Amino acid sequence: MSGWSRAGWARPAGSSRERSSRGSWVSRLGPLAERGWARAWAFSARGARALAREWGRSLQLRVAVTTLVVSGALVLIIGLFLVDQISNGVLRAKRSAAIAQVDTARTPATTALGGANFGDPQGVVNAVHTLKRELASSRADAGLYRVVIKTDVPLDDADVFDSEPVPAGLVALVEQGRRAIQYERIRSSPNGSLVPGLIIGEPVQGRGGLFELYYLFPLNVEQDTIALVQRTVLFAGIGLVLFVAMIAVLVTRQVVRPVRVAARTAARVAGGDLSQRIRVRGHDDIAQLGEAFNAMAGSLQRQIQRLEQLSRLQRRFTSDVSHELRTPLTTIRMAAEVLHARRGDFPPQVARSAELLQAELDRFEVLLGDLLEISRYDAGVARLEADDIDLRSVVTRAVDAHRMLATRHGCEITVQLPDARVSVQIDSRRIERILRNLLGNAIDHGDCHPVLVTVGADDAAAAVTVRDHGVGLRPGEAAFVFDRFWRGDPSRSRLTGGTGLGLAISLEDARLHGGWLQAWGERGAGAQFRLTLPRRVGQPLSSSPLPLEPADAVGSSS
Amino acid sequence: MKPRVLVVDDDSALAEMLGIVLRADGFDPAFVPDGNRAVTAFRDSKPDIVLLDLMLPGLSGLDVCRAIRAESGVPIIMLTAKSDTVDIVLGLESGADDYVVKPFKPKELVARMRARLRHHDDIASESLTIGPPESPVSIDVPGHQVRRNGGAIALTPLEFDLLVALARKPRQVFTREVLLEQVWGYRHAADTRLVNVHVQRLRSKVERDPEKPEIVLTVRGVGYKAGPP
Repeated sequence: MSGWSRAGWARPAGSSRERSSRGSWVSRLGPLAERGWARAWAFSARGARALAREWGRSLQLRVAVTTLVVSGALVLIIGLFLVDQISNGVLRAKRSAAIAQVDTARTPATTALGGANFGDPQGVVNAVHTLKRELASSRADAGLYRVVIKTDVPLDDADVFDSEPVPAGLVALVEQGRRAIQYERIRSSPNGSLVPGLIIGEPVQGRGGLFELYYLFPLNVEQDTIALVQRTVLFAGIGLVLFVAMIAVLVTRQVVRPVRVAARTAARVAGGDLSQRIRVRGHDDIAQLGEAFNAMAGSLQRQIQRLEQLSRLQRRFTSDVSHELRTPLTTIRMAAEVLHARRGDFPPQVARSAELLQAELDRFEVLLGDLLEISRYDAGVARLEADDIDLRSVVTRAVDAHRMLATRHGCEITVQLPDARVSVQIDSRRIERILRNLLGNAIDHGDCHPVLVTVGADDAAAAVTVRDHGVGLRPGEAAFVFDRFWRGDPSRSRLTGGTGLGLAISLEDARLHGGWLQAWGERGAGAQFRLTLPRRVGQPLSSSPLPLEPADAVGSSS
Repeated sequence: MKPRVLVVDDDSALAEMLGIVLRADGFDPAFVPDGNRAVTAFRDSKPDIVLLDLMLPGLSGLDVCRAIRAESGVPIIMLTAKSDTVDIVLGLESGADDYVVKPFKPKELVARMRARLRHHDDIASESLTIGPPESPVSIDVPGHQVRRNGGAIALTPLEFDLLVALARKPRQVFTREVLLEQVWGYRHAADTRLVNVHVQRLRSKVERDPEKPEIVLTVRGVGYKAGPP
């Protein structure tokens, strides 16, 4: 094959003509074409990006393309090998046949030309004519080949010799008296077009000179055969590759479809629709996947329903306890009120009992309220009802509510507010509850020292600190102050009648806002509580506008 | 003449105790223990004010509230054991004027009742006009009449008080706390939900389009004010 492919008869001048014509077309259209190319480039770039995205997402596409590439390469190799083998076979057979025919023709050639004497030009001419006639008549398979006869001896009348050009290398070999074979483009008839062919050069020794006989075998039949084989292999190959790719697509589809269904269903389950299930058919691996998924979803659904029911029961219980306890408590409260109002008519011990009953009912009520509030948090039913509110007004309200108590305990409350409005999205009821708690604690533990309330704000957050100068906290206690029913110093009496749940509820209130409630304290240096709130609901906090450790305490620590 | 009170509560001990307290404070109480008989009892006794427990056997407190509100503007105060927003807002939306959460102090209850029963020192022939010029709302304060385009609008006494409070100072913005004090008689700020719900109810009666209020305007972050006269 390599021999005649080097001869290049497959496609000679055509391709270069094509190239030149495209060049002129591009140059003619000029900038317009360039813009077109640019657009096509942009379009294909976009297409490539989309394809890359799809490539990453679709297993089916990946399998199909991989199969296509691998089977394509395989088919290409096999195809090339096949075509090569067949072409070589065909050419080898033709060559053997040609050599056989040349051998057959040798006897008449030697007979006709062997006696020709170059000293007698007419004799040479006659001999050549005789041979030509003979070859023409003996050649039953006429048209199989053409004979070109040349000689290296110049004769006066050389018309008898053919002027057909023959490759120089071939001529050189023949002139040395050897048979030579070469593939070359030839004319099948003196005025015919060029076709691929095989030339066999045969020297015949005449007297005083050498005749060169060139047998020209046209190979167009073989070329057609090879082209047919090439086409057949090409189309069969393409068909095979497409077929394999289609099979790959169909097979992966069988796997990918259920996987996609499973992914979609899982997404829906994750989205909250717990009743979603996969329809399972058959008993294969895919069906097992579906069954396992359904079992998982079912168990998940049962668990969540159980938890929901528990939560519902808890909520119901909270609500029921609330109602059941509160109605008799109302009656008791009113009865106590009536007794309390008439205590002047009673003997002193009974009167004191009425007073104690009244006071303890107050405590009981607050405790019940706190318990219900914290159980509401535990049940996860607390809702934030945020409004745009000036934090300063909430702080002022909370401080005003505690002024009386503070004055009663000889304790002064100082408030530092920013001049500008501090608008924050808060549930004012809850924030006021936090502040009242912090103030109550500060008065409780402040040992009659002044209490300082500071409000600060930046773009993202607002903060309130409540600073007292009382006994402070022992190291490590800052972590416990928000625990339920925790008491700093059990021996200390409570002035404000706290329930022990206040700070725990305050912490939950702050968390509900997405805010922080933190404590700082040092033995003898007092304590500071800092409430930090995001300015807008849902904004994450990263820092607080006020320091947790008060400025007057920094450095005083040992 | 003692003000008549209808107490709708299924807890007999509480009802009896309420009776003692109310009589001591100069009211004339009547009692009904279940929801089904509450509306009939209301028609028979024609009370000046109703105390209504929300959790009742038979017809629920909310249904009783709606039934009474459908035929009368008499003040209704809910007695509720639930302080959850949903329950309170539901109660207010079904027509209650105010609520007290159990356990309440008798003084607090009586103060609320007196605030609802308070008769305004009506100035002779005080008349107010608010709203857009092309379709104003006129209020005849002593006559307890509200008119728009000649048609009378029926308001409960509470809604009327709320509208008058806003209309008397048309340029002033009222915070919810101030309204609570002026209209409901709360000494210190309590529950602004009360104001929100009643403003909604008032708007649904006096506004042409409650979604685009012209009579009772919201001032964001502050409170409410009357629309321009």
